[in-house]
Amino acid sequence: MSVIALPIASALPDLKRITPVDEVGVNERVARFQTRSIKKESKIEALKTVLSMIDLTTLEGQDTPGKVRQLCQKAIHLHDSLPDLPHVAAVCVYPTMVGIARAALGDRGINVASVATAFPSGMSSRKIKLEETRTAVEEGADEIDMVISRGAFLQGDYHFVFDEIAAVKEACGDAHLKVILETGELGTLDHVRRASVLAMHAGADFIKTSTGKIQPAATMPVTFVMLKAIKDFYQETGRMVGMKPAGGISAAKLAVHYLVMLRETLGNAWMTPEWFRFGASSLANDVLMQLQKQATGVYQSADYFSKD
Amino acid sequence: MESQANKLAFNDGWQYAPAPESTDHIRIDEKYDLFIGGEFVAPEEGRYFETINPANEKTLSSVALANEADIDRAVKAARKAYNGPWSKMKASERGKYIFRIARMLQERAREFATIETLDGGKPIRESRDIDIPLAAAHFFYYAGWADKLAYAFPGRDTRSLGVAAQIIPWNFPLLMASWKIAPALACGNTVVLKPAETTPLTAMKLAELIQDAGLPPGVVNIVTGAGATGATMVNHPDVDKIAFTGSTSVGRIIRKSLAGTNKKYTLELGGKAANVIFEDAAIDQAVEGIINGIFFNQGHVCCAGSRLLVQESVADEVIDKLRERMETLIIGDPMDKNTDIGAINSAEQLETIQSYLKIGQDEGAEMYQSSCDVPGSGYWCRPTIFTGVSQSNRIVQEEIFGPVLAIQTFRTLEEGLTKANNTPYGLSGGVWTDKGAKIFKMTQSMRAGVIWANTFNKFDPTSPFGGYKESGVGREGGLHGLDAYVKVEV
Repeated sequence: MSVIALPIASALPDLKRITPVDEVGVNERVARFQTRSIKKESKIEALKTVLSMIDLTTLEGQDTPGKVRQLCQKAIHLHDSLPDLPHVAAVCVYPTMVGIARAALGDRGINVASVATAFPSGMSSRKIKLEETRTAVEEGADEIDMVISRGAFLQGDYHFVFDEIAAVKEACGDAHLKVILETGELGTLDHVRRASVLAMHAGADFIKTSTGKIQPAATMPVTFVMLKAIKDFYQETGRMVGMKPAGGISAAKLAVHYLVMLRETLGNAWMTPEWFRFGASSLANDVLMQLQKQATGVYQSADYFSKD
Repeated sequence: MESQANKLAFNDGWQYAPAPESTDHIRIDEKYDLFIGGEFVAPEEGRYFETINPANEKTLSSVALANEADIDRAVKAARKAYNGPWSKMKASERGKYIFRIARMLQERAREFATIETLDGGKPIRESRDIDIPLAAAHFFYYAGWADKLAYAFPGRDTRSLGVAAQIIPWNFPLLMASWKIAPALACGNTVVLKPAETTPLTAMKLAELIQDAGLPPGVVNIVTGAGATGATMVNHPDVDKIAFTGSTSVGRIIRKSLAGTNKKYTLELGGKAANVIFEDAAIDQAVEGIINGIFFNQGHVCCAGSRLLVQESVADEVIDKLRERMETLIIGDPMDKNTDIGAINSAEQLETIQSYLKIGQDEGAEMYQSSCDVPGSGYWCRPTIFTGVSQSNRIVQEEIFGPVLAIQTFRTLEEGLTKANNTPYGLSGGVWTDKGAKIFKMTQSMRAGVIWANTFNKFDPTSPFGGYKESGVGREGGLHGLDAYVKVEV
């Protein structure tokens, strides 16, 4: 049913033919991931992997250059008293902060991600969305996190959404495109799957759950449906697409459950920052706290971890 | 079947470290006597047999081998308790005892789960999350009915039957004990229960719990032994009711031996359930349902979805996804909290399963097994699927009672239905479609006691369970389950 033999980013597939999603079954499967018991060395490895997959994010109207620089410092030096920590994958900011982040991060292998396309609502003209995308890339963004036009999608105007994603992808140039579905506004898991397929066919390098401005943001069931869509897309086209749950993941334990889900759904090839990201602002500190606990046997006060 | 392009790899990279459930919180005695009249008493002949852990073949304990005299003693104790306190007790008081058993089972759930897994080989995740909570739920449910039987049978009087002889299988030892004991007690009967030969330990722990609960002596008696012990129970003249769960062949023998007697009986026997997947189903969730249907509890499930009927337009996709999902199943130490598939219950059962694997291959079917490693000692069978089979294959017709799935395709709904019903069994079935009308059409025409729609292997104490045709007689669970333990007066 879900076999859609189309070349990549060529045309809108027949979204009506997409295999349905059963919410009860999805919730059951997700609950199983959460019963996995991750202990000892596998826990430490998982926590470090989580750190390396974080898009350290600040997306507030009150963001300042100082705050962004502080976040970049954190991205590079997560917690220097713990040895052998990876750095995070990227710092995610608004377009006006891209240049500051770029300068602060330098050439350390940490990407600058910028939201664009009238984030978070997407309520603007295509011309402005494309212009904003180009500006962010010119300022030095390696990755663009765009939002889809949920209104058009829910109206059933899939061509509009498809063309918009394809146009933004083109405007990105070499920058990677993450497509935010804003699943909290899509209503059903069938819509989530449909939007995922649409975005991947339109050229998304990553699909992402949420802006973080709408509740619910990322959930495991939603992420699971998107991972399944990525799997099927890969098996049809041979092209890997990345996944980014964002918003609402602030506990290390939950992040490890996401990794379990990733491992058992897409396998090892996706278990890297190249293919999986957590969009989060407070997750890093909880992971660090857990790592500290693994190293010393005791929990430290939150005051020992920098809040940025 | 074409092999899958762009295969995913699951078996290297990040691995889960062992997470074994500990055993320092449990006590297993060196030997267990018979639980008769509220006490543990030695068997008359002084004979015992060993029970082993099927995951490593190590001996866990020895249990008594009850002979005819022991069974007679147990039935007498049950009769005495029936005549004495139990049948005369206020129903609400009876209910309190059953509630107490339920609560104590919940309190000691971890201990029971651990022992269930050690003795039977099922993964700790299942005994912890399914067997033990459901067993407690059954006691809770029937405890509530004890003083409300007038509402179960409105306008009619009910009377208890007397002594129930109950024989249970090894696949869900404690859960089956609760299915049998809870409704029997709620309706005012007393019980002689025999757990299966290979899995007696949780029943003996239940005997300890019942003792702790202060149940009047003789209301529940638990005796251990093999087939002959069960036969003695069935044939005992002072037994009023037989409840048996097990194989169809033994069920036949029991039913023959009951001819001409006035004993009431329920038989819950084998199955060869069809899991029917339509092209408009939620395929990913259907695949998960197939996995749960056949690999849950190593396939040692009478209502297992051991036949897969998949509509031909999605057959390749379903089978590809099924194989891929099988690769992520973790097989091994049942005590590990991450294990999905544990040990086969006994050497004998493993032999049966292996003989069917050979039969399937000899019949020309294509066999596929997941690539996982299995431990060196103990009894193991990799998850297995057969494709290229038809209705005339033995692996399609006969109950294997292991992690072995036979896959067939169908074109029209009618063909799927015909194939689903073309079996001497009729215990359960599954339908997977996004279309409500199709669900009704199928479920109304499938001849099986339980049919799940867009799910599989779901159990609840409020829901009746039982078979058509060679899958048995009578219903257990729910309101219907009360009927098996009462005489309804006109």
